[in-house]
Amino acid sequence: MKQIHDVLIIGAGVTGTMIARELSKYKLDAVIIDKSNDAGNLTSSANSAIIHSGYDPEPGTNKAKFNVLGNKMYPQIVKDLDVEYIPCGSLTIALEEEQLEILKDLKERSRINGVEVKLLSKEEVLKLEPNINPEVKGALYAPTAGVIDPFNLVVHAMENAIDNGVAFLRNHEVKDIKKENDYFVVKTNKEDLYARVVINAAGVKADKIASMIEDIDWAITPRKGEYYLLDHYKEGLVNRTIFPLPSKKGKGILVSITSSGNYIVGPSSEFANPDDVSTDAPTLANIKASASLMVPSIPFKETIRVFSGLRATCTRHDFIVEPAKSERNFINVAGIESPGFVSAPAIAEYVVNELVKPVLKLEKNPNFNPKVKPYHRMHYLSEEQQNQAIKENSDFGEIVCNCEHISLGEIKEALARSCPPVSIKGVKRRTRAGFGRCQGGFCQPKILLLLAKHYGVSPTKIPLNEDGSYIIDHLIKEAK
Amino acid sequence: MRQIDLVVIGSGAAGMAAAIEAKKNGVNDLLILEKDDKLGGILNQCIHNGFGLTEFKEELTGPEYLQRFVDEVKRLEIPYKLNAQVTDLTNDKVLTYSSKEDGLVKLQAKAIIMATGCYERNAGAIMLPGDRCSGVITAGTAQRYLNINGLMVGKRVVILGSGDIGLIMARRLTLEGAKVLCVSEIMPYSAGLNRNIQQCLIDYDIPLYLSRTVSKVVGKDRLEKVILSAVDENLQIIPNTEMEFECDTLILSVGLIPYVSLLNYIDCPISSTKGAVVNQYMETMIPGIFTAGNCLHVHDVVDFVSQEARLAGRSAALYLKNEIDNNENKINIKPGNNISYVLPQFVLENSVDDITFKFRVRKPLKDQVVMIKSGDVVLGKVVKPALIPSEMVMVNLSKEKLQEVKDEIVISVEDR
Repeated sequence: MKQIHDVLIIGAGVTGTMIARELSKYKLDAVIIDKSNDAGNLTSSANSAIIHSGYDPEPGTNKAKFNVLGNKMYPQIVKDLDVEYIPCGSLTIALEEEQLEILKDLKERSRINGVEVKLLSKEEVLKLEPNINPEVKGALYAPTAGVIDPFNLVVHAMENAIDNGVAFLRNHEVKDIKKENDYFVVKTNKEDLYARVVINAAGVKADKIASMIEDIDWAITPRKGEYYLLDHYKEGLVNRTIFPLPSKKGKGILVSITSSGNYIVGPSSEFANPDDVSTDAPTLANIKASASLMVPSIPFKETIRVFSGLRATCTRHDFIVEPAKSERNFINVAGIESPGFVSAPAIAEYVVNELVKPVLKLEKNPNFNPKVKPYHRMHYLSEEQQNQAIKENSDFGEIVCNCEHISLGEIKEALARSCPPVSIKGVKRRTRAGFGRCQGGFCQPKILLLLAKHYGVSPTKIPLNEDGSYIIDHLIKEAK
Repeated sequence: MRQIDLVVIGSGAAGMAAAIEAKKNGVNDLLILEKDDKLGGILNQCIHNGFGLTEFKEELTGPEYLQRFVDEVKRLEIPYKLNAQVTDLTNDKVLTYSSKEDGLVKLQAKAIIMATGCYERNAGAIMLPGDRCSGVITAGTAQRYLNINGLMVGKRVVILGSGDIGLIMARRLTLEGAKVLCVSEIMPYSAGLNRNIQQCLIDYDIPLYLSRTVSKVVGKDRLEKVILSAVDENLQIIPNTEMEFECDTLILSVGLIPYVSLLNYIDCPISSTKGAVVNQYMETMIPGIFTAGNCLHVHDVVDFVSQEARLAGRSAALYLKNEIDNNENKINIKPGNNISYVLPQFVLENSVDDITFKFRVRKPLKDQVVMIKSGDVVLGKVVKPALIPSEMVMVNLSKEKLQEVKDEIVISVEDR
């Protein structure tokens, strides 16, 4: 007998997992699927990870609305989901006299959007951020901006949704969707799935999914952003997120601390095909040149990684959060580019309250628990707390990642949760093991063997990232 | 908090040699901390031969070489802790380590020797262009998978960088049944020792392409192909020189970097080698904190690592007996013409011993003379028929000669 789900969400990025969590507040049969082998594997794991204040989006747009609402939700969300978050604020800087006028315009825009900002003089800027180009003329300071751990925000939202009853299906790629009677048949590379309501949160492929239901008058034109990630190092670089003035292409190439105390520089912004996450030397050179105008002393020799991510830029230039024209039960949540991370929880509330509620009877889930069980992050604990943790479980004393000092206990803890990692990168994103300067050179073999043992499979089955990205080709003593 | 005379961090070729020498010089209250589950560090995975020619006058494998030191550590009853990762260090030499058995432990040391080795430059550090697929792996990690875990990383292999580990792995993977298609080196000369070029590449008909680098890595999930392009004298890629190799593995052997995250915790200046700035005793700018081996500067021959570490071990013993005067006049040592770095970076006047300067040249040179000069005064001259960047050069200066120096010393190489 076919199981007809109440709701099926396509895409387990930040938007999809936040919607899943919001739905788990109700007694529903909800399922979330992703073509990747993990939550947050694509756009959500390769972006600037900024919780924007909302000074930039055009007033009246979905971007402005959800950004400002979402920003206010974050202090509680990071507590509930146990995610690293630094409310560091942002500075949008003017390097030329005439740009000061643009800062004033942005200040007015902020007022309309309801965002607290302040114009700072050159002296005030340099006092806050001594490494900014001394030619700076002024800046717009937005104290409510912050930086977040993007990986665990998504993974913990997924974990919390699963703990509250949502099912997560990995490696499920949608091939086609059809309406039959009062439900949808979602054909995947695995099995057919059935649901009364479908929510399309498929990121850079959202237009493809939406077109399976009806003709659409919008398209996703992915834009690639390449980044440098720098090591954390003693001297320090900036204490906040530093933006140039925004342009048509977006908020520009920023220099920022990350929630882990590293520094991120980027992104570029060029149209790309929806599977291209490569990096190239000329683009990185341009980023370096642009960023150095704002912060001349960026030590690019401290680079530990370069990477790129795709933004789901939409031809409508705004977030699409609405039902399909011909189907109230098919909800498109598309074009979620920046400021997507900050907006996601507000979008999720809107989707559930305004779009799902009218088509599905929602009854409160009395067992809903908004919190994930807190994780042990040894690095952030006091000595006393660390010793207590090691006393209770000696695995917390055994360091696996020598660069970031991540213990075996922390990795095993991630494996024991309801949205566990299945790949080397899955472990890295959750625990930071392999995130440091050696990039897993020392700890990857240990983690790979640990994963193989945990899942009871051959080391050849453990992927670096997606299934198919195997690391070990064969065992030398394997019988031929 | 436990008080202790000397803590040695790391038990590889440097750490054990340093601890043994310290013990032989009268330091009895000491401890070796090792992050792994056995003594020996990276030598455990270096199962090839070529070790010990200077130290033992015979050719040993890595495990054989390290076993000699392990035997000595045990004979001298030097205490050590395994699975103990140092997580913090202060200027006052309070050190914290974490281990399964002991939890977090703080030690107040009088002297510390850092012997933490090096790590490999990786795809991120060289900004490898192209896709983010699996099958791109550093040579040392591939070596660990193979020699420690019995796991092969691929079947058709391209190697980027002609550093020694890359060359050793070219041979090792070939012997294990893989097809090594080529080694690509961005410089116009090899970064490895000549003996390794002969024994690991030429003997196995593996081509070495000089002045060529990876211009693109292609692969959706696993590596599918690598594009190599020629580079000009400024190391910039020359268009339309692509060579395409279908392969499942790209091994990176693109350099080693001293692995001294601990320097981030203390106010210890870092040199251009990425190791600490040291004097002739291998002592950092923080009196009583010493360092030696690959975490100071990357060596090409392990025997010299052990030699350098013995100096650090003996110096720590001198320090504990108050026989090093850190208030002595400091003489700066500068790298001159054609030299990339020189160690030590400064010397304390009235040296206990003669001084050995170690340096590397920037490019291959023939018929050179190494000059040790202070102002116009020539303190020493050594003729060198051939110098290459992959081989560390050592020259000595007697402690008596040091008395003649008032200003800085410059080491340079000049045409004969």
